[in-house]
Amino acid sequence: MTNRYNRHTILSEIGQNGQDKISNTKVLVIGAGGLGCPILQYLAAAGVGTLGIVDFDVVDISNLQRQILFGTSTLGKNKAKAAKARLEDLNGDISIIAYAEKLTHQNALNLFEQYDIIVDGTDNFETRYLVNDACLITNKPLVFGAIYKFEGQVSVFNYKNGPSYRCLFPEAPKQGSVPNCSEIGVLGVLPGIIGTMQANEVLKIILELGNTLSGKLLCYNALTLQNSILKISRSEEIIQSVLKDKDIFHKKVVNFNCEIDSALISIESILSEENIQFIDVREPHEEPKVESLDVTSIPLSELEKNLSKIDSTKKKIFFCQSGIRSIRAVELLQELDIQNCFSLKEGALEIKNIISNRHYDRGKTEIISSK
Amino acid sequence: MHIKVKYFGQIAEVTKKEEESLEFSGQLISELLETLHSKYQILKITDFKVAQNQELVSFETKLTGQDIALLPPFAGG
Repeated sequence: MTNRYNRHTILSEIGQNGQDKISNTKVLVIGAGGLGCPILQYLAAAGVGTLGIVDFDVVDISNLQRQILFGTSTLGKNKAKAAKARLEDLNGDISIIAYAEKLTHQNALNLFEQYDIIVDGTDNFETRYLVNDACLITNKPLVFGAIYKFEGQVSVFNYKNGPSYRCLFPEAPKQGSVPNCSEIGVLGVLPGIIGTMQANEVLKIILELGNTLSGKLLCYNALTLQNSILKISRSEEIIQSVLKDKDIFHKKVVNFNCEIDSALISIESILSEENIQFIDVREPHEEPKVESLDVTSIPLSELEKNLSKIDSTKKKIFFCQSGIRSIRAVELLQELDIQNCFSLKEGALEIKNIISNRHYDRGKTEIISSK
Repeated sequence: MHIKVKYFGQIAEVTKKEEESLEFSGQLISELLETLHSKYQILKITDFKVAQNQELVSFETKLTGQDIALLPPFAGG
């Protein structure tokens, strides 16, 4: 016990006094995923007195490429609970509380009140804005981190009168316009780097050491190793507009973009329909091709230049590799007031498989009926 | 004016480069964005913020800096 934090306490900048501050701090981490795992691991190791973990999701084998608190023995288990079990082995001297539930407008304020610092390790905009607004209302500092493929963003919000996430990006982008890791992939080590930077910001806030990223957004690129630090100003107007709704905050529900939701369809539901134009918005080199459909190829980057290729008399069905670019195509055409556009939920490979399975099933039926 | 524009995240995927230099004679950030829109049409439907000389600014800001960055929000965690 006395030796556990020796490498901290022998630093003159921390000492026993600083270590006691760490032990007396309560930190709540939202999301025990790619970012949450390294954040939790370092904060538990550092001896943060109380660690809360919010995650409703379960461990999937595709998480193990980057979510370092889990292993094959925890597959299928709730992430908050599995993380707690692992962290209790790492440090039994701290208190770890697992919340195996979704963060909502209904439970956020009460939960945040019980902690000193909130850390955002979530993977979607709805929860990020919920976390930010709840931090503003409960007046808690927020250590923010977010990733995209090989790039990450880190900042500290709502700290010492600094800006909030909404001062940077006032509103959530339209659903589907920004893909997440499960849709597009991520370099496994990237959340390790960004999450560790977040843990570092938490410790600097607790110890009042150095300069935090309050009022600054750090942008990190793992491929070029370029670090940019951009200044963010506090917008009093934006912050007050969140605070004025604090009494109705708990009644809110997450808004979904209905227009885009209704434009999403599955390949199964339209294969029997006629008068359809299938449009592949991938670049020409992308595989696999879907030869079994009559497809018009218009890369998303050239869509506006090729509006004449779009048949106004037909129902337009867009697809791409994962279903992201096809949504953008539909959004773009909706803005240009071109009606009857839909985006397939499935990517090209899945579409190809579904169609070939259908042909196979039909073949089987024919053989059976001919007997 | 000689301007260096940096692209982040999914914007760099659209422009297929992380930065580029261009000559520009307009007055406002919004005018520069119009030029970039005509070059990369997909920017019209992408949410992003602009930083001028490492400071986030509104689109109506006067163009004074030579370092411009287009910054989209990231969702992933």
